Amino acid sequence: MIPALRRYARALARDADIADDLVQDTLVRALRSERLFLGGDVRSWLYTILTNLNKNRRRSLARRPQFMPLLDNNADASGTEAEGRDIARALATLVEEQRSVLLLVMLEGLSYREVADIQGVPIGTVMSRLARARAHVKASLEGERTALRRVK
Amino acid sequence: MTDRNIPVTEDELHAYVDNELPAERRGDVEAWLASHPDDAARVQSWRAMAEALHARYDSVVDEAVPKRLEIERLVQQPRRWVYGAIAATLAAFVVGGSVGWLVRGATAGPSAFQNLTVHAIEAHRLYVVEVRHPVEVPGNERSHLQQWLTKRCGWVVRAPELAGLKLVGGRLLPGSAGPASFMMYESASGERFTIYTAKSEAGATQMRYSAQGNESALFWADRGVAYVVSGVGDRGRLTQIAQAVYDQMEKKGG
Repeated sequence: MIPALRRYARALARDADIADDLVQDTLVRALRSERLFLGGDVRSWLYTILTNLNKNRRRSLARRPQFMPLLDNNADASGTEAEGRDIARALATLVEEQRSVLLLVMLEGLSYREVADIQGVPIGTVMSRLARARAHVKASLEGERTALRRVK
Repeated sequence: MTDRNIPVTEDELHAYVDNELPAERRGDVEAWLASHPDDAARVQSWRAMAEALHARYDSVVDEAVPKRLEIERLVQQPRRWVYGAIAATLAAFVVGGSVGWLVRGATAGPSAFQNLTVHAIEAHRLYVVEVRHPVEVPGNERSHLQQWLTKRCGWVVRAPELAGLKLVGGRLLPGSAGPASFMMYESASGERFTIYTAKSEAGATQMRYSAQGNESALFWADRGVAYVVSGVGDRGRLTQIAQAVYDQMEKKGG
């Protein structure tokens, strides 16, 4: 389960260290609040904690001046191809809720129902966020390619 | 039969790609896509997007987990009393998320374990379409089924209780190395899932995912018994079921 949480966090936060901080905080919180866990799916619950922690992090970040690089410059072990950079860049342009929906559905393979529970919204909202996120990423990827072609 | 004249909505296209569409509507959407190239191109672009995401981020799953995230380390912190089900889930489901894409490589070299999974999926395909005789022993004879399969197989075979699914029943199958047990479950909407167990040479393995055509399977070994949970579509759903099966086997010890 931890490797999957790390993958989600990495794609969500775009910085390897911040991502692992998020995972660590998630695990600590989950283990400490076990008695608050009222049953249901542990996996969804962990994704919920991580999603909320990231939201809080961004909120506190927003109050400070921006130092964070907006683009993903971490050289990862694999996925070094231009395509990998493109998709990371496209993700970066999404608003938080849309990025989270997109990653939970497309990368982590959760169901619409699970994502609705994680975000605390109706399924219809999940679907419209997903549709907008996909349209946005598609446009962003295509825009980038057109731009590249023009330079050549 | 659904009405083919009902136009396919944008929501349905998404649901189709995400395996969230009711099975009876899939054919309609496929027919629609065949005659609507723009929509087909969009669907294709979403699939490519998923591939790109996995290509970019699946390597994270293969990385060694940093020391600071090891559960042993985290639970050594003051409040030891919290150690329990959550930690167990975290530890047990190591591969939970890599399901799907990562394991493509694993199917490259056929092993005894892979063969066994192929058998299980073949049995799934063969019996799931059966209307009148899907099983030998019906689900309302649960305890008899369990006793019989346990006796014939030589390991403890249990028909777990699965939320939202009804036990159709089970049968004994010839496996590549001795007998195998096969149990079928059905949802209210008629989707069928099967659980196959056989003797495994690997004592315990991580959970893996394999897809062949429409059918997909999650398989793992535990205490010398291999488990294969098969079904159609929705990976998330299959994972939930496999997790429930795993948890119930875990609880009963053995």
